Amino acid sequence: MTNREIILGRVREALKVAAPHPVLRDSLAAAPAATPQKWLPPVGQTMEAQIELFRQNAEALKVEFRVCANVTEAIQHVKKLAAAGGWKKIGRQRGELTDPVARELSLLEVPTDRGYAVDDLESCDAALTECEALVAQTGSVLVSAPSAGGRALSVLPPHHVVLARRNQMVPDLTTALLRVQEKFKDRWPSFLSFISGPSRTGDIERILVLGAHGPKKLTILLLP
Amino acid sequence: MNVYAKEFNESARRYTADLRHRELIQKALAGYYAKRDEFKNRFQSWPGARDLAAEIKWEAINHLDRYLDEFVSKLEARGTKVFWAPGAQEARDYIVGVARQHQVRAIIKSKSMTAEEIHLNDALEKAGFEVVESDLGEYIVQLREEPPYHLVFPAMHLTRQQISDLFHDKLGSEPTNNPEDLTMAARRVLRRKYCKADMGISGANFAIAETGMISITENEGNARLTTSLPKIHVALVGIEKVLPRLSDLALFLPMLATAGAGQSITCYNTLYGGPRQPGEPDGPEEFHVVLLDNRRTEILADAEQRDALHCIRCGACLNVCPIFKNIGGHSYGTTYQGPIGSVITPHLRGLQDWKHLSQASSLCGACTETCPVKINLHHHLLHNRRNAVRAQPARLEKLIQSAFVLMMRRPKLYQFAARMGRLAQPLQPLVRGTILDPLRAWTKTRSFPPLAQKSFRELWRERKAS
Amino acid sequence: MQISLFIPCFVDQFYPQVGMSIVQVLERLGHTVDYPETQTCCGQPPFNAGYWDEARAVAERQMTVFRDAKTVVIASGSCGAMVKVFYPELFHHHPREAEARALAAKTFEFSDFLVNKLGVLEVGARFPGRATFHDGCHGLRESGSKKPPRQLLQRVQGLELVEMSEAETCCGFGGTFAVKFPMISTAMGEVKCASIADTGADYVISNDSSCLMQIRGVLDRQGKSIKTLHLAEVLAQT
Repeated sequence: MTNREIILGRVREALKVAAPHPVLRDSLAAAPAATPQKWLPPVGQTMEAQIELFRQNAEALKVEFRVCANVTEAIQHVKKLAAAGGWKKIGRQRGELTDPVARELSLLEVPTDRGYAVDDLESCDAALTECEALVAQTGSVLVSAPSAGGRALSVLPPHHVVLARRNQMVPDLTTALLRVQEKFKDRWPSFLSFISGPSRTGDIERILVLGAHGPKKLTILLLP
Repeated sequence: MNVYAKEFNESARRYTADLRHRELIQKALAGYYAKRDEFKNRFQSWPGARDLAAEIKWEAINHLDRYLDEFVSKLEARGTKVFWAPGAQEARDYIVGVARQHQVRAIIKSKSMTAEEIHLNDALEKAGFEVVESDLGEYIVQLREEPPYHLVFPAMHLTRQQISDLFHDKLGSEPTNNPEDLTMAARRVLRRKYCKADMGISGANFAIAETGMISITENEGNARLTTSLPKIHVALVGIEKVLPRLSDLALFLPMLATAGAGQSITCYNTLYGGPRQPGEPDGPEEFHVVLLDNRRTEILADAEQRDALHCIRCGACLNVCPIFKNIGGHSYGTTYQGPIGSVITPHLRGLQDWKHLSQASSLCGACTETCPVKINLHHHLLHNRRNAVRAQPARLEKLIQSAFVLMMRRPKLYQFAARMGRLAQPLQPLVRGTILDPLRAWTKTRSFPPLAQKSFRELWRERKAS
Repeated sequence: MQISLFIPCFVDQFYPQVGMSIVQVLERLGHTVDYPETQTCCGQPPFNAGYWDEARAVAERQMTVFRDAKTVVIASGSCGAMVKVFYPELFHHHPREAEARALAAKTFEFSDFLVNKLGVLEVGARFPGRATFHDGCHGLRESGSKKPPRQLLQRVQGLELVEMSEAETCCGFGGTFAVKFPMISTAMGEVKCASIADTGADYVISNDSSCLMQIRGVLDRQGKSIKTLHLAEVLAQT
């Protein structure tokens, strides 16, 4: 018998006896269960309402979020960040939104798209990526290996900058997951991540410290 | 009393007398309660969310064979190597085997209570590998050579002063009172480890059957780094972690964050579906998923307590348990602390050896009330007590219970016993606190009320007569 | 209404005045109260210790004693929970299961009975003083009685009710837990009493005498003069 057969055998044997159904057990239970959206915090229907909700959530998560009228405005802001942070080298993935910004920054670059040396990426001051979606309900940005230059780019350098488009804003996690399911179908990337703020820890006396291992700063710029 | 029960009592005695510990834990949890309630109240209905979460886990666990097969076939289709581990030994041997096969030199690990359960670090270290914990709290307790104090907050019991002393001692860092400086000291050390490690070991919070992915929840980013840079990633996953669909995460991620840490959502929720795919610039060359049974199927076979496998390891039950808060996580003497630990440890490690955890509870029910997936926790403590007695009743206790039944089935005998109690009462002060005092477990620390001069029955009769 | 009283064994022996207070309040409201004198105990001690056969033997008898009662009012949240929540489980698949469910359905904890069954909030009580309320766990969680005690106390003339931060935290009694794990039980009692003292109240009221036994026990050793009272005793004052 293979290990698989041993375990599945135990499982099937165990399941021969039925367990009580949870909702029936509790006579005070709410109405029959529905999809999560019925219970989770509400999200407005319009794009404006969603952007506003995203802004509020991002602020609470200590994310810097800006709506930019155009690419030029985004470039100006990233230049400011670079100057303030004394950036010398950035890691980035090549893309429709990241290319023009990186060009104008004209800093040393570590493009990750076709592989990179770990020490090179580790010594970058910032990372420039795109994303799969922005989630209004939670203030999260969904990244993937293809949209964010692999796995490490968006978590190793100390400042992560995300460039997103308006049409990437979705109301909630359900929609975000549906969107990537439809996009990738069966050809999933090996890595997807919901990022909700700069890295943090409360492991020392439950006091919040940012930049535990991942980036200390997260900036999200929303382009039209 | 077995050795585990003895150690439990000794540790509980120490910790309950430690007022500094009591205060520290109360302070640590105060912020959690406020934030948890704030985010719970943002839900349109937290009770509705709990019902749905309970239903989804019920579906997953009660069709576990189907969902496990789906999970594994999807994973294998994208090049993941899956190992089914019937027990702890098989899991340890496999992981050590992978490390040996690839001549791994340094291993970095992200937080996994399942790895604690099977004492994986011990096995790897005995086999000659360096294993470094990357989660800050786990790193701290690893340096202190002690087990994690709490499912979710491993170093909750330590002050910044203690951590500063520890880092000064083990890392040579400057003593400091500043949590940020301490965090940065650990970050500097661990950053080098990520970049140099050849193998990363993680756990998983959820195993998504529909798409063949594991989901890892964390705040620090250490799990992401553990699974991005080393060329081998091994994930140890209990079979009960299964969720049927990807869309289920939309409910479970916020609930886990709110119940577990008082957050709206945890900083990083990452899905891993395979080793580096063609065209991807980084990621492990090999991805191994070790599916662990280790007696979980025994809990599955106990239909009455099967819902204990619904647990999402959020730690909320620990945070509301007055026993946990007073005795501390280390008193439990086993991997899983608090109410969930008290419920499942007898199944995982033996009922007679671990029934004392189920007995050390006032059955207040705060755990059941708070559990996001509605596990009937405190009732399972009662079930464990009943099962322990059925399997092996303690002779003296059985005698006392029989005497109790005898008395309570005969009102005249009950009333006679009460009268005898009243007669003996004046003698109690003479023996109070001594070995002859039947109440000494109580009277050592609390006053005991006198029997009323007249019982309610007597007062009632007098009233009727007049 | 004809009401049958279920007086838990320790109320019978240690706190008979609680039972008498319930009688006074119910009679004041115009009801007739009877007390089946052959009753003894609900069976919770063996039940909690895991001796379910023994618990059943005691519970069976209690079910017989109250078989003909129309409505049963019980003086304690924890014994109330035993009857309402655990009797059905204890007698599951037992010949007397229907009877157990019937008793569970017609039994009420005192405050739950006044507010939810009789629809009464005002019982004509007067008790000047500053008090805080401790929620007995069984009444709170098994029977869902958070509001009724407070609704009743709010209408007691002269009573100032203040909430303690740890109102819902277990006092540590837990039946034999209190003597099997006395150090944990005492620590829990101390946390509870610290929260009570923080309110500056002169009285702590509860709907469970076993909790009050624990709280009184700790307060006495701390030399505190805060008085412990059962809800029924307060409502009986005029």
